[in-house]
Order: sequence, then C-alpha cells, then structure tokens
Amino acid sequence: MPMAAPVPQMLTANRLKDGDVLYWKAGGWVEALKDGDVFAEAAPADAALAEAQSFVTGNVVVNPYLFDVRVDANGIHPVKEREIIRAAGPSVRDDLGKQALDPSLKPVKPTPARIVPAKDTDVSI
Amino acid sequence: MYRYDEFDARFVAERVEQFRGQVARRLSGELTEDQFKPLRLMNGLYLQLHAYMLRVAVPYGTMSAKQLRMQAHIARKYDKGYGHFTTRQNIQFNWPRLVDVPDILADLASVEMHAIQTSGNCIRNVTADHFAGAAADEIEDPRPIAEIIRQWSSLHPEFSYLPRKFKIAVSGSPHDRAALKFHDMAIEIVRNDKGETGYKVLVGGGMGRTPYIGYVVGEFVAKQDILAFLEAVMRVYNEQGRRDNIYKARIKILANALGPDEMRRQAMVEFEEIKKSGTLQVPQEEIDRIDSYFMPPVFETLSDEMPKGGSEFENWVKTNVSKHRAPGYAIATISLKPIGGVPGDATAEQMDAIADLMDQFGLAEIRVSHEQNLVLPHARKRDLPAIHSRLKELGLATPNAGLITDIIACPGLDYCDLANARSIPIAQKISERFADLDRQHNIGELKIKISGCINACGHHHAGHIGILGVDKKGIEFYQLQLGGSGAEDASIGEILGPGFGKDEIADAVERVIGAYLDLRHDGERFLDTYRRVGIVPFKNVAYQEDLHAAY
Repeated sequence: MPMAAPVPQMLTANRLKDGDVLYWKAGGWVEALKDGDVFAEAAPADAALAEAQSFVTGNVVVNPYLFDVRVDANGIHPVKEREIIRAAGPSVRDDLGKQALDPSLKPVKPTPARIVPAKDTDVSI
Repeated sequence: MYRYDEFDARFVAERVEQFRGQVARRLSGELTEDQFKPLRLMNGLYLQLHAYMLRVAVPYGTMSAKQLRMQAHIARKYDKGYGHFTTRQNIQFNWPRLVDVPDILADLASVEMHAIQTSGNCIRNVTADHFAGAAADEIEDPRPIAEIIRQWSSLHPEFSYLPRKFKIAVSGSPHDRAALKFHDMAIEIVRNDKGETGYKVLVGGGMGRTPYIGYVVGEFVAKQDILAFLEAVMRVYNEQGRRDNIYKARIKILANALGPDEMRRQAMVEFEEIKKSGTLQVPQEEIDRIDSYFMPPVFETLSDEMPKGGSEFENWVKTNVSKHRAPGYAIATISLKPIGGVPGDATAEQMDAIADLMDQFGLAEIRVSHEQNLVLPHARKRDLPAIHSRLKELGLATPNAGLITDIIACPGLDYCDLANARSIPIAQKISERFADLDRQHNIGELKIKISGCINACGHHHAGHIGILGVDKKGIEFYQLQLGGSGAEDASIGEILGPGFGKDEIADAVERVIGAYLDLRHDGERFLDTYRRVGIVPFKNVAYQEDLHAAY
C-alpha cells in the first residue's frame, strides 16, 4: 500500500519582545504567512524547527512549532482554523492583526507560496 | 471605595519594579522563557494567539471613574483602543507588547490597580455581586469581606502554589447574581435567628471539564472567624488536592471525593487548630475600618417615581434598570452587548465617556458584572433619562439586560490560545437573529452562555442555553446544553446531543426557542419550561432539520 504523501508544513513562533506571530523563512523570520517557507517533507521541517531553537536561546522568539498547510495554485492555506485566524487576526475584527495591514487577508486569501525543496530536486505540489 | 494604605501602595509599586527587572532580564537572556513564564503569569501576562494579553484585576468588580479612565488610557496608548471585560469581572488587553508591560503596570499602580494573581495556581481576584451595596434584597454589602479576603490571600505564602487556581465569589443577597455555587469557594452573607449576620461558606463548585455545584461547608461562620475558616478549608485542599493530574486538581474534585460530611469534618479539625493560635481572628476594629471604605453615598430624599422618557427609554428601564435599596435611586446596567457586537468589549472612547458620565451625575463607582456588562449602582432615578440619552449616543444603551441577546461569550479562538472554536461569531449570529426587541421581550429572561473550549470561561454549563465549541479535525462544532443556571437555583446544563456546525448552531437555537414558546405556560421563563418538560421536546426539534454533522 503506497504511503500517504506528507502534509506540507510551516514553522511559526511568537516574537519575544511584542508577541507578534512570525513565520520561518530561509533561516530567519518574516511577519506574513504568505512570505514563509513551506516544507514539503518532514525532514527539512524538522531541521528548521531545530535551527529555530537558536532563536529561542537567542531571545528572539518563543514557542516555535510546525503546523500543517495545504498549497495550491492560489497559495498557502493553513489546515486548521486556529492557524487561519492566527495568520490573519481575529475573524470578528478585520481592523486588527495582520489583516489590518494586508487587505488580502480579509478573509485569508492565499498567495503564491515559496516552496522549499525537500531534496536537491525540483518539487512541485 | 477601598483606598490603598501605605503597605498596599508600597507593595504594588515594588512589584512593578520587580517585574520591570524581570522583563529586562528576560529580554537580555538572563532569564529563559521557562524561568520567565511563571513570573509573567503571576503578573497577569499571558501569551495568546496573536500577541501577549494582560489581565487586569478589578477587585470585586468595582472601579472609580479615575480607574476606568486609566483603562481607556492603557487601551489607547499601549493597546489597540479597546478592552475586554471578562466573566471574572476583570479587564483584558489583547495586544500589549512585553516591553511596555512594566509601564502599563506602573500606570495601573498610579490608580491603585494591578494584575497580580489574575493567573497562576493561587487565589484569584475575588468576585462579587455586581449590585453589591445597592441591591434592594441585600443583607449586607459583601465587598468588605471580599477586600479582607483580598488582603489575606495576596501573596499568601501557603497558598501561592496551590494544586490549581482558586476562585472565590461573595454575595450579600439571597438572589445569587455572582454564580456562587460554581466557584471553588463562595461566601454568602446570611442572617441567623438572632438577627446577627454571618457567612455561609460553600465549597467545591466549578465549571470546566468536570462541572460541579458547590455545597455548604459552613452554615453560619462568625465574622471574626471567617479567615480562620477559609484558611482551614484551603489547608484541606492544599494538603490533599491532586497535583498529579491537572484535570483533577481543582478543589471540586477533592470536595466531591470527600463528600460534604468528611470535608466539613476535616475543615473543622483544621479550624480548631487555627483558632487555638488566634492569629487569624479578624478584629472588629479592622472590620469596621474596611467597612468604612464601602459606605454607600449619602442618599438624598428623592421622589421614587420613574421619570418619563419615551418608548426607547421605557424599554431600557424595563430590562436595564433594577430596584435600588434607596427610594429615588436605581441600578442601571450598561449593556456591552450591542446587537451583533463583541460581548464585553468597550472602546477607549466609550470608557472615557462613561467616566465623564459618572462625574457628570455624581456617580462615584462603576461595576463590572460577570455577565460582561457594566453597572452604575447608585443612579438617581431623575437622572436616568439623561443617562440613557448619553449612553445611546455612545452606543451603550442596548435594552437587553437578561434577554436572549445579552450573551456571555469567552474570547474563543479569535484570541485565545487554549480555545478549540470561536465563540464571538456565534454570539453575534444569535444576537442578530433575535435582534427584534419585541421578540426578545416575548421570549423573556434567557441566558445564553458560550465557551470556546471545555475550560468554560464563557460559563456554558450555567447557561439556560449553553454552547460549547469543540474541534473536530480542525473544524469547529458546537454542542448545545440546556437547563443550566448560575443563580441561587444553580444547575448544570444537560448536553442535547451531537454538535452543530458553525452555520447551523443559530438555527438550532432558534428551533429550541420555538419549542419553548410552544410549550411554555403563562409566566414561565425558558428555564422553568425546560425544568417542567425536560430535554426531549427540545431534542426533537433541535435536530429536526437533519442538517447537523455529528462528530
């Protein structure tokens, strides 16, 4: 029986000094989900999570963790409602949170994703 | 109102500076997050879904105009222009930056407020009947004993690391407006056959994953003995409360395991030991000193007639104005439940304007209710039309106190890191569905309470109609519970059946209401009808559309 394809993941954390939600990108952090890295397979996701610990010990972020996303032609979609709301802001106040600065997040509208290859090959999802 | 003495002021100021140092050490890396987290929680600072959240204690729900203005100032300067009043009579700010929190705490200290013990496994902010000192049915104002408990429990070394958090509520009226029986411990002021007042003490109530209704552990505790008695019960809990399982750590689990007789016996053993030492006797002069801070205003001799003010005013009076102990006065509830709004939210402008209104009409205090409204406890009846008019300008005159749109809702998944589902949008949908005031009046008293997770901050177990949000594979579902009550006739709601989707729950509530209107006898509230006919007729109609998705 074929193995199920791994669910793509992203890495997130909160910035220590103000609590803002951040997403991992290329060894650092960005504020918008749409700009973050999507890991097609578990190994690079776990590697990023391990690398993120240096930002924890460096007092930049707290509580890094991986979460599931779907990626399609329209961009990135967090699988769980929690992460959809976290990426945008309260669903009851579109003037608050990241959606206040990015109208495309009202409601969360996916944008093209930057895909991190799982291996040294081209990966399309 | 209580005013800080020299000790209070120094203690709170020192605590601010202590936390300022802790924040600096965290930012510099001297403290790890694991070391810092318990310190920030002791100061009411959580990390939530989007940002930090600061929970500010409003002792027994009472604030002055100056203190309310400070909340507006904090909302404006450090947050995003609003605050959220909670079911524990606190106010929460959802967006403070960690680097600003020491300054926020310093600003709070300047008006004799703080965020201490609004989190953690300690005795939390003591809550009280929001009509305290004003209610017509009140035996005594319960806030002096709440203040005595606050002083006794603040930084109490024996109770700073309890098995779990501990919530105390107080009331001085036979009509329970403080949900006493759902608290870890509760105090009701009662009068004995000799006409003396004392305290009935309840223990073991709670909501959350395992709801219980508290039972009486002390029928009539003398005033000077109250701290000794409370400490005795706390010792039983501290010694035997379970620390091995967070879900079984609240006193309700212990109280239920021991049963009333054994709990009373053990509490009395501890009580006698404490009494022997005599250290926890509350001197009468101290009781008198604290009492003096809570003296009601000198009431003028006024006409008791309700002034005329048009139909909107009369509708507001019908639900939002309650009987006061003094002729010519009334208790006015400021609804924070505008139709389709966010329950409990108030903007900085609204808070400032309410403070101005308090000054204009000589109202020294405002109260926060556990039902997420504000209350003006000592309004002159003759001023009510003008107060109503100003509240209307501010969007704060929704005439719905106690009606179906006066919904309690926790912040839910829109803000809370623990939540499984959103609460606020469900409250908004139901509020909009039942917006018609005639329809609300026809339905009568109905308390809908919504929680976004099993922790039950939205008191869903005590709702006439309770709604619990759950998560099923990342999708929100909502369980209906019927027949709960947080009043003196306390009861735990019964689960109706499988959950409803987020687009189905308002329809299900509407069908349940329809059944009630069909079944009710004259004068029956929803709760009365439910208790008479049981759950089956409601279950039959709630699921009749076969639209729900069982989980």
